[in-house]
Amino acid sequence: MVVDEVPTEVVDEVFRALADPTRRDILRRCVAGEPSVSRLAQAYPMSFAAVQKHVAVLERAGLVTKERRGREQLVRTDAGAVGRARHALDELEAAWRGRVDRMSDLLAEGTERAKSSTTSGAG
Amino acid sequence: MSITSVDTDYDNLTVTLIADFDAPIDQVWELWSDPRKLERWWGPPTYPATFEKHDLSPGGEVTYLMTGPEGDKHYGVWRVTTVGPPTSLEFTDAFADEDRTPIADMPVSTVRVRLTERDAGTRMEMHSKFESREDLEKWLSTGTLEGQQQAVSQMDVLLAA
Repeated sequence: MVVDEVPTEVVDEVFRALADPTRRDILRRCVAGEPSVSRLAQAYPMSFAAVQKHVAVLERAGLVTKERRGREQLVRTDAGAVGRARHALDELEAAWRGRVDRMSDLLAEGTERAKSSTTSGAG
Repeated sequence: MSITSVDTDYDNLTVTLIADFDAPIDQVWELWSDPRKLERWWGPPTYPATFEKHDLSPGGEVTYLMTGPEGDKHYGVWRVTTVGPPTSLEFTDAFADEDRTPIADMPVSTVRVRLTERDAGTRMEMHSKFESREDLEKWLSTGTLEGQQQAVSQMDVLLAA
């Protein structure tokens, strides 16, 4: 287990997401407002499903989030905030990994003590 | 390695972790119910924790302080919502001031723990949730995590050796 600051896969996802001009344009629109997926679909000469796919790629890269409001799906971005939240959650994850490691060590210590007291008869 | 899986959900601001320990359920529960054991794992090595009040009953309070490398002190309070030894525990974890009173605009996280007997050992499922991104960011900015990642990777180096 290696805890990297930003995993390579995440960086790859971001670059992949930004490599496409439609996706860059979607991202720009999301910075300006909070368009719904259907409104975005009207802006491009492609199917609703195709636009939805582009949004999904951006979403996987953590560049936008989708929020259901009524019957609509709003797409929003705050790239900075998203990045910070990810970082914080990664820290939270790392904190719990550390805790579990220490719990594990403590339990092993208890087992060792129990073992040595049964074999040697001394506590 | 005790950790079986970790699921970090960036949309719902949750971390869900499953760990399998090679120890009976009562011993794993004691890591939570015995404050002297709890303080040996709650804080990272750079911010060791000292637990003071430790009332694991519904509505009960647990208070602790973490001491940083500069002698800086950070206080925390748990408010216990559910407890069912030796299998379940749920509490909120908040930053507190020196009087051990939760600070109003500081982040609060909700922690849910479930222990189950599994094979010859114990499975622990831990779910931690923050209410908002702002809370997460504030929590991060408290700095009590400094060195945490380093400690974890150092441990990996030792385990791999």
